[in-house]
Amino acid sequence: MKWIFSGLIVLSIFFGITTGHLDAVSNAAISECGNAVTLVLKLMGSICLWSGLMKVAEESGLTDRISRLLRPFTRLIFRGLPETSPALPLISMNITANLLGLGNAATPLGIAAMKALSEEQPPHLRSTASVHTISLVVLNTASIQLLPTTIALLRLEYGASDPLDVLPAILCSSFLSVCVGLLLVSLCSHSERSPLQRQAFSRRKEAAK
Amino acid sequence: MNLSSYIIPCVIAFLLCYGLFKKVPVFDCFIQGAKEGIQVSIQILPALVALMTCVGMFKASGALDILTDLFAPLVSAAGMPKEVVPLALLRPISGSGSLVIFEDLLKTYGADSLIGNIASVMQGSTETTFYTIAVYFSAAQITRTRYTVFCALSADCASFILSGVFARIFLS
Repeated sequence: MKWIFSGLIVLSIFFGITTGHLDAVSNAAISECGNAVTLVLKLMGSICLWSGLMKVAEESGLTDRISRLLRPFTRLIFRGLPETSPALPLISMNITANLLGLGNAATPLGIAAMKALSEEQPPHLRSTASVHTISLVVLNTASIQLLPTTIALLRLEYGASDPLDVLPAILCSSFLSVCVGLLLVSLCSHSERSPLQRQAFSRRKEAAK
Repeated sequence: MNLSSYIIPCVIAFLLCYGLFKKVPVFDCFIQGAKEGIQVSIQILPALVALMTCVGMFKASGALDILTDLFAPLVSAAGMPKEVVPLALLRPISGSGSLVIFEDLLKTYGADSLIGNIASVMQGSTETTFYTIAVYFSAAQITRTRYTVFCALSADCASFILSGVFARIFLS
């Protein structure tokens, strides 16, 4: 993430100088950080609304029910996560919110799930992403929305004969790209030794000495 | 009226009715949850400031046009129209920015054109990758993200290529 952050800034300064847009770059730097605050304030209402509703869903037992319903999928994606993990219902609700296209409901659930997943780790490893947290993030960076409403609305506005005719193509493409992402996560996790394994490995080496 | 305007009211009504049916004190519960929502919003702020500042600088620098020209031959070789390249480049870093480009493509080329179709599939099958990565990891206080960016971007790449393929299969 630090490379992307600094990379984007270096790139924009470089291109800003070569294209003579450096004044615009400087203006953007000043105004965009303020815009971030405005955006958060705008999002806050929606996030609060959905957090409140999700609390109701949790208390009413709906969360657990959905969690059980999605168990075959979550078992596949989050292999090795204990059945009783408090992260599971949160993950299930996050997936459900994403399927329904409720982005602002998915974010607080996703963050809570991330925290619960990192608490499954031993304390000294909590600042390092685990396979499960990575899987969850990749699942959220790929769109799994069942009904792309914004796109349908815009298509309608610009004269599409049937605004939802793109739906099968979108679903196929989303599904396959999620699979690519998750497959890569599992491949990477096998090829790269996890910090926990690395520790065990070095300990074994020391013991051998 | 279209179907999409039903989703949010229906979900809200269903959640509340189910809560009432299960004898949950829905109002108190809602307030408690909403209070947690404030904390979440504040937690995502630092990542958002960092991300929006660098993305805003990037967009203002005109780098997008130069990178588009750079990628155009590669994309044409893959059989995709080069008009969708800015969308593909901006989609992972800026949700609002890519929406503007998407709308622009629909306006210029028409929603039922090949470009409009590919752009729609592209827009629909990916998310604002870096926003998600930054917000989720920073809120969970995870600093070492390991291979997340690689996997997420590969999935994005896959969906860009697939959007060209499926737009042609299903819509021509």
